[in-house]
Amino acid sequence: MALPIYASPLEKVWHWTYKAICTAIFIFLIAPILIVIPLSFNAEPYFTFTEKMLSFDPEGYSLRWYDRLLTFGMQAPDAPRDWSWWRDVLANATWLDVAWNSIIIGFFSTILATGLGTLAALGLSRSEMPWRRSIMAVLISPMIVPIIITATGLFFFYSKIEIQKWGVPYLGIIMAHATLGIPFVIITVTATLSGFDHSLSRAAASLGANPRTTFFKVIMPLILPGVVSGALFAFVTSFDEVVMVLFIAGHDEQTIPRQMWNGIREQISPAILAVATILVVVSIALLATVEILRRRSEKLRGVTAG
Amino acid sequence: MRGGLTTADGKPLKQALAHAQARAKRKALLLVVPLLAFILITFVMPIGQLLFRSIHNDGFSANMPQISAWFDETKAGDAPDEAAYAALVADIAAAAEARTIGVVGTRVNYELSGTRSLFTSAGRNAEDLQPPYREAMLDLNEKWGDPQLWGVMRSVSSAYSANFYLAALDLARDENGEIVRAPEDRRIYGMLFMRTLWLSALITGLCLILAYPVAHLLAVLPLAKSNLLMILVLLPFWTSLLVRTTSWMVMLQEQGVINNTLVALGLIGNESRIQMMYNQAGTIIAMTHILLPFMILPLYSVMRPINPSYVRAARSLGATSWTAFRRVYLPQTLPGIGAGALLVFILSVGYYITPALVGGASGQLISNLIAYHMQDSLNWSLAAALAALLLAGVLILYWLYDRLIGIDNLKLG
Repeated sequence: MALPIYASPLEKVWHWTYKAICTAIFIFLIAPILIVIPLSFNAEPYFTFTEKMLSFDPEGYSLRWYDRLLTFGMQAPDAPRDWSWWRDVLANATWLDVAWNSIIIGFFSTILATGLGTLAALGLSRSEMPWRRSIMAVLISPMIVPIIITATGLFFFYSKIEIQKWGVPYLGIIMAHATLGIPFVIITVTATLSGFDHSLSRAAASLGANPRTTFFKVIMPLILPGVVSGALFAFVTSFDEVVMVLFIAGHDEQTIPRQMWNGIREQISPAILAVATILVVVSIALLATVEILRRRSEKLRGVTAG
Repeated sequence: MRGGLTTADGKPLKQALAHAQARAKRKALLLVVPLLAFILITFVMPIGQLLFRSIHNDGFSANMPQISAWFDETKAGDAPDEAAYAALVADIAAAAEARTIGVVGTRVNYELSGTRSLFTSAGRNAEDLQPPYREAMLDLNEKWGDPQLWGVMRSVSSAYSANFYLAALDLARDENGEIVRAPEDRRIYGMLFMRTLWLSALITGLCLILAYPVAHLLAVLPLAKSNLLMILVLLPFWTSLLVRTTSWMVMLQEQGVINNTLVALGLIGNESRIQMMYNQAGTIIAMTHILLPFMILPLYSVMRPINPSYVRAARSLGATSWTAFRRVYLPQTLPGIGAGALLVFILSVGYYITPALVGGASGQLISNLIAYHMQDSLNWSLAAALAALLLAGVLILYWLYDRLIGIDNLKLG
């Protein structure tokens, strides 16, 4: 955004003020996320930069909070770190346990949301679809309705049908998270399909492909980037969700956000910052994947990016 | 030529076409049906269950059948006779036996506080009571003759009632069944609804003020540069909500980064550190940060295609840069402002986690009260009624959003 040559002094001042304002807002956006990273290496149990940290003294930094993540919940955290110590970690470490739960719940709810959502998006993008607008409104509504309301309703519903007694672990929470992820899948896949050239599938049909072959050989490869980024959205939604877990998850179905919630409410320690740092790294990886997929999708669809 | 055009196998073309279209329609619908069924089970039915709970509570009627029958036979205002007291004693004794007397007492207690112990203590003594039951009950506790208590028992003797909605709107029934406003010190829900609306509006306004310049900058920069800066917007968007809330707790604490920086710069004294957390300020700051990307992204997608030559034309025709912005640029961005503001407002009225963690007492929103009634006070019907009111508000806004912007235009990232 270059300043035109005829700009008046007042406009010049405004131009630089404007840039300064934007910089400040960008700092406001990103600072809270970046600040937790160095603080998670704090050698002291404080939430602020110590003098040693500011002077880049190696003594000011340590990995003790990451270590705490492993040892928290162990039976003998101070035992010598041999084979049996690691076995204790795998068996008892609380954070590992909840991470495992998060991954299982996230994985299955993503599969459910992506499968059902993609199928529905294919139907919704057909021009023959009746009541398109109303159906779309219903399918998107889990994203709009406050989660606390959905969670309250599910709590009543699950206690009525006694889902805990069905003996399928994680079932209730997986279905709940899939419901929350579905709008994201619908939005991303219908967006991809809106740029889809339907003459391609007609061409495939005219060349003798049956509907199944057309779908797997022509349609699927083209919409795959959209489907994958929808799936990533659904996974992140589940991975980050805490209200549903608070309301309907069983005692052995606690997730990473739930454990963080506990940690923040009871006694906040820099170990939470270590978890936060790991999650920031995960979200950077996810963001990069989605960006790559988006560009790939645009290239496939022939939409050139500027 | 009879009957107009026909297909190769002799069917009238119109009929064949209608047939084919109906089949295509069915096919399209068939693809959506599994998801609709899933949403019906995991979303629509639970919300139906919630609405049912908000008007239905059989804590009294299911456990006190005889006295409920007596209420059915008599009309409001009838003084309780000996038969009523006999039914009451029999029910209390049976409920005490079945260990449901606490449920009964709790149900009555929602309407008239301080009555739960009346029922539990009567439950312990009901076995030993001898007729005449009226005197026996009054001996036990004077309050059993209170017309207000009998009025409340009459109103809860039916499992269905709108009383939880009345409570959620700070209303109550007096002994004659008239709807009156709740006592001054009990009117908390109206205040909380107002606070939720006010804070949401404030956060939406703050988001708009912060998002507009940034979105504009992103829209006018060359794509390579703006994609790079876009990462700064998208990274917070993808980062866990709890991580963002945690980092705000770290920054806003009394011993946190912001206060320490201000002290180190000498702007404030070490004793006068600013309290920025566990109050409304905490809720406002953290929620503005969390919802900001939801405002920037719709604004950006509207601003990007705006042709810069309009503003240039306005300038060349003699408009000052302010006039050109106000009369030419701003009106073109109104759809983005509408979309972003509605989305942020809808999301913030239902926010729960951030206010619960950084809001303290003064930064709590209506969702936090729903959670409180679900988890701590265990008045589930009241929680359901509050949730239903919130749901109604959100659905109106959602309908508005669909009308004005259209949900098809909802974009992510």
